[in-house]
Amino acid sequence: MISSIRSQGGFIVSAGIAVITLAPVVFILASGMNADPEIWSHLQQHVLPALLKNTAVLVAGVVSITAALGVSLAWLTSFYEFRGRRLFEKWLIFPLAIPTYVMAFIYTGLLDYSGPVQTFVRTYAPDLAGAFPEIRSGGGAIMVISLAIFPYVFLMASSGFRSMGRSMVEASQSLGCGRLMTLFRVTLPMARPWIFGGLILVFMETLADFGAVSVFNYDTFTTGIYKAWYGLFSVNAAAQLASILVVIVLVIFAAESWMRRKQKFFNRGGHQPVQRKRLNGPGHFLASTFCGTVFLVSFVIPAVQLLFWTVKAFAVEFGTHYIRLVASTFFLGLMGTAVTLAVAVILSYSGRRMTDLKTGMAAKLSLSGYALPGTVLAVGMVHGVAWLDNRISGTMDLLGVQLPGTLLQGSLLLLPLCYMIRFLTVGYNPVFSHMTRLAPSIDEAARLMKVTGAALVSKIHLPLIRRGMVTGGILVLVEIFKEMPVTLMLRPFGWDTLAVKIYELTSEGEWERAALPAVTLVLAGMIPVAFLTFIGRNKTQDVPEG
Amino acid sequence: MKKTIAALMILFVFFSGRAMASPEELVVYSARKEHLIKDLFEKYEKEQGVKITYITGKAPVLLQRILSEGENTAADILLTVDAGNLWHAAEKEILVPVASPVLDRNIPDHYKDPDNRWFGLSVRARTIVYNTDRVKKEALDTYEALAGEDWKGRLLLRTSKKVYNQSLVAMFIETLGEDKTRSMVSGWVTNLAAPPYSSDTKVMEAIAAGQGDAGIVNTYYYGRLMKENPDLPLGIFWADQSANGVHVNVSGAGIVKYSRKVDQAVRFLEWLSEKDAQKIFADANMEFPVNQTVLPHEDVQKWGPFKASTVNLARAGELQARAVRLMDIEGYK
Repeated sequence: MISSIRSQGGFIVSAGIAVITLAPVVFILASGMNADPEIWSHLQQHVLPALLKNTAVLVAGVVSITAALGVSLAWLTSFYEFRGRRLFEKWLIFPLAIPTYVMAFIYTGLLDYSGPVQTFVRTYAPDLAGAFPEIRSGGGAIMVISLAIFPYVFLMASSGFRSMGRSMVEASQSLGCGRLMTLFRVTLPMARPWIFGGLILVFMETLADFGAVSVFNYDTFTTGIYKAWYGLFSVNAAAQLASILVVIVLVIFAAESWMRRKQKFFNRGGHQPVQRKRLNGPGHFLASTFCGTVFLVSFVIPAVQLLFWTVKAFAVEFGTHYIRLVASTFFLGLMGTAVTLAVAVILSYSGRRMTDLKTGMAAKLSLSGYALPGTVLAVGMVHGVAWLDNRISGTMDLLGVQLPGTLLQGSLLLLPLCYMIRFLTVGYNPVFSHMTRLAPSIDEAARLMKVTGAALVSKIHLPLIRRGMVTGGILVLVEIFKEMPVTLMLRPFGWDTLAVKIYELTSEGEWERAALPAVTLVLAGMIPVAFLTFIGRNKTQDVPEG
Repeated sequence: MKKTIAALMILFVFFSGRAMASPEELVVYSARKEHLIKDLFEKYEKEQGVKITYITGKAPVLLQRILSEGENTAADILLTVDAGNLWHAAEKEILVPVASPVLDRNIPDHYKDPDNRWFGLSVRARTIVYNTDRVKKEALDTYEALAGEDWKGRLLLRTSKKVYNQSLVAMFIETLGEDKTRSMVSGWVTNLAAPPYSSDTKVMEAIAAGQGDAGIVNTYYYGRLMKENPDLPLGIFWADQSANGVHVNVSGAGIVKYSRKVDQAVRFLEWLSEKDAQKIFADANMEFPVNQTVLPHEDVQKWGPFKASTVNLARAGELQARAVRLMDIEGYK
């Protein structure tokens, strides 16, 4: 018995985590079973076809653009030396601090018919006025969402390129491959877990997005979910639609694991960092211009616009309550990050111990929360908790104990738990990617030195994946800062965050007043993001020799 | 690291206790935004000694939260910004009927539930706004007229996903019938100068910039925008004055069935329907007081008197889902 628990430990742990993270989904599914057939047939006939097409276009567009931007920027800054490289390497992560919905209302504000750009053109060059494409369209949504989330791919791809070490690249070149051939035959394939990890984040984030697409009034699957709920008063139909999202994500996960089956991504060579090639002439100029343009459009312009609005509305909006808002944002963020990171490490660790199919499946199942719109997840959570509370108070009544009110509902505990379910994949990816670089030979070596069990984990493994943990933790923290729907629904009284404030103001169309909480949020997000840029710079590679 | 974690845990345990409402406290789940209710709630506490605790969110979400929490819910009052969600809450049987002479006196019948489960507290009018440089007032008439051929390429609308438009169309199903409403919505869609916008303010900015000539918005958005930019070439037009009158909706409240303080909650609603509170409640957002003895804000009075629709707002809730389907079918995004 004990030995079987030992040998199945990895699976049991992964399965346990999967059960917790899937519980809200199960509660949603349970309530979605009896959706009104009339509503369902209406959705099928008049709503779903267009939604599916729109969603497919949006996801394909955002994934391709973020892949192109993220990988090319990471490749340039990892393997080449040019003016500004050191700055771009850090700065290109900054857009992560701007929530997608904020990016959306900034760019629609700037580029709409009544916005400053088109107004300027109409005044000074009326001939060109007709040439503007509509920003509130599929193309506009793809562009703006990509600008807000490409840093995921950039960050993950950079991390993959750098932890690869020099030996592989040198081997390839000594065998006669040129730089480009090396890129496509060695560098990119070796960095695939990282790039895919980044792209899967992008994929799920785009699927779940509601805030940004509703600014564009671009109908996707998520807007369909809300239409069923808010407009047709059918939570059940909404739940059924949401369950389709979960299935889509699981299919993608399955495809990804199948593609990388039996491949290993660690190497046994030395790990000196890659020698950057200095660019000259036009190449130099192009590289700097490219990085600069992306940074300008994805960060400088939105930031300037926000500051401009803030100055206009500062007097109306600012007050001492901002101290409380910032404190709540940080507190909830840190709590959520602690829980998420702990679960991410446990999950990837049990995935390393056990590499069989069922453990892998359990781990993948645990990660699907990121693709669910936050509100849907929160409803499932409230359902589940209410059910649990009733069971608890029922049992207590039987035992003759009278509880004052409820135990879990309205408790602050729910938020970190729900953040964990939603953002586990964000924290898990970097941790797990670093785990794949740990060759089994490390354990063998440790065992020879009589380092086993807990000591092996705390003395050898954890330090080696520390960078992955820090990266994951920071990404999760920034995500929680920006998170709006779950916080809106589950926060106890008095726990408003900056994101909640932004929602309150933007939903009333008060863009200018919303700029102050948005700027504060961006600044708050910059703290961890800036921190992210320091790790890895002052330190040599943590990844060990094989 | 370990110390940080320990400190966080202690803080967490300290904060995590469920927010227990004290006996002298009412809890409001509010879809009305914090900056529109805060001052009023604080005034009540000062005057009556009862603290009002609130949490804001979207109405359907707050409703779902009450449904899930069931009898354990902390909510005493559900406050929304449209009648549709109140109707739905009543339909789900989470609101308790209230017999109050004060509320009956202060609130006209068509602004409250026929069974007294919810009460309007401020009135919001949804009417036509036009570009004063490009449209003569005489060219405007009803909402239906905006579907006519002479409006092709000149109309701007907000998305059909906003509950205000859903209520608007629901009321037309009530007054015009489904067929006429359908052809009106289809005409609107044909006449659009640009895809529907995500907010009323955006619609008006686009009208002012000349992308289209007229649109349909809630008047307080017009009031707010004109306060910021008094020079915009925008005018307000009271629609449908020779027939049903301007479409109106309410921001209103009902008392949650599971509340243990129904009497206190009723007193609070009564207080909200009286003169002083009505003035603050409506003026905070440039709306119209539901209590007819109270005058709206001066700036709002400048828009002139108008005839408002008197169809009971419960119908808007009842017909909302039908309205949504109709708009889906007609391609109003």
